Amino acid sequence: MPTLMEEMNQRALALGVPLSVQLDVTYRCNERCVHCYLDHDDHGEMTTAEMRDVLRQLADAGSLFLTFSGGEVLMRMDFFEILEYARSLLFCVKIKTNAFMIREKEADRMRDLGIDRIQVSIYSHRAEVHDAITKLPGSLKRSVAGIRFLQSRGLKVTLANVLMRQNLADYAGVKALARELGAQWTIDPTITPMMDGDRSTLGLGIGGEELKQVFRTEELVGNVEEFCAPPQPVDDGVMDGLPCSASHTFCYISPYGDVFPCVQFPLPTGNVRQQKFLEIWRHSKQMNDVRSIRGRDLPVCSTCSHLGSCTRCPGLAYMEGNMRGPSSLDCEKSFARTGIPSANMLAKKRQLEAQGSTEVAWTHLVQIQLS
Amino acid sequence: MEAAQIPVFRFGYMSPLYIARSNEIAARQLGDEMIVMSARDSTLFSLNNVGLVIWQAADGRTSLEDIVKDKVCAEFEIAPEEALKDAENFVRELAGHGIMRVSDKPFE
Repeated sequence: MPTLMEEMNQRALALGVPLSVQLDVTYRCNERCVHCYLDHDDHGEMTTAEMRDVLRQLADAGSLFLTFSGGEVLMRMDFFEILEYARSLLFCVKIKTNAFMIREKEADRMRDLGIDRIQVSIYSHRAEVHDAITKLPGSLKRSVAGIRFLQSRGLKVTLANVLMRQNLADYAGVKALARELGAQWTIDPTITPMMDGDRSTLGLGIGGEELKQVFRTEELVGNVEEFCAPPQPVDDGVMDGLPCSASHTFCYISPYGDVFPCVQFPLPTGNVRQQKFLEIWRHSKQMNDVRSIRGRDLPVCSTCSHLGSCTRCPGLAYMEGNMRGPSSLDCEKSFARTGIPSANMLAKKRQLEAQGSTEVAWTHLVQIQLS
Repeated sequence: MEAAQIPVFRFGYMSPLYIARSNEIAARQLGDEMIVMSARDSTLFSLNNVGLVIWQAADGRTSLEDIVKDKVCAEFEIAPEEALKDAENFVRELAGHGIMRVSDKPFE
């Protein structure tokens, strides 16, 4: 039986409602995380009035779940004014922050405004590891202090633990820290290219044997046998299925008013400074192009046995060159889970062999794809 | 689920009951349904058309009896006693999640 949340998503999909939106209020940040995909300069952020106008338009469009992120949201002096207005419009608000600047006053205001959840990036329980990633001395100490202020006010906090080579050994420590703080804990082994297409950050991510190990750790994935099971046969439901919620019930708005299908899908579809949000959401050629894609429209992936269970991200595929093409990062994950190469990997192998390469190792192939 | 400590109400038996929408909620109309989420415990509710009528009329000044009589029974074919009983259960459940405020006096 579907949950109310699933039913609501289905209804939003049928009605064409952008039920969930992420609005980045700034790209400025006090941290300089080594894996961050953003440029932290201010290229002309929307003013408070423009932010309010966008929020009003989103409420009118039917959006309910709103995530404020950045950059660091508290770099904006008017952040609480924006937050207050969003809550007056009855959005369910989630905030992504590094919590460095959250003290008693900020935590009090977030509690008073009824913020649903606050997600804080924590890379390690050890200051030397965390601070080396954020490049901000003292950041772990301050972030943990911020989390304690939030927790003590009854706010719900999630520790988001991005896994990289640099901190792979520390997830158990972060999990224990989350337990001690009374917070939830999530991991994510995905490192994305920078918004400008620079793929140098990808080298920081875990891959090959490390990823395989992560996917075989019960503490991280739950039931390993189930998680790493071979893919189920692809049926019509999968072929006719949607790749994800991007452009269907979700979209992303940058601090400059650019509307994208998703946070990691830098396909410009319009700008709320020039057009009404609903005009972009409903009529943008790009938005409708993304919306039209079904499993069977993917030239390579529709021939892949992983199609039904792959985490293929159309945004990452777009950044790789074709939003209907494969996302090599996700091919790597499917391979690490199951040991079964993807159609994309098989095609690349055949191509390399035709060029004269012999005994191309899968791990080497993945590295080629990601470079 | 924690039930709200609100007086039981029947037509003519007690002083009127007043209801007001809480500020500690997230809400949006999705088609003909109202989706309401408790900011206190993140419980999600989908209000059907009868629930929506009560929700929209919950101004803190109109009694539940009047809302049922003037809005619910006027719009839907439901017997007043039964409607009031259902309405009371409905507001009690919402109050338990901090979504509705209930009082025997009008809200200021």
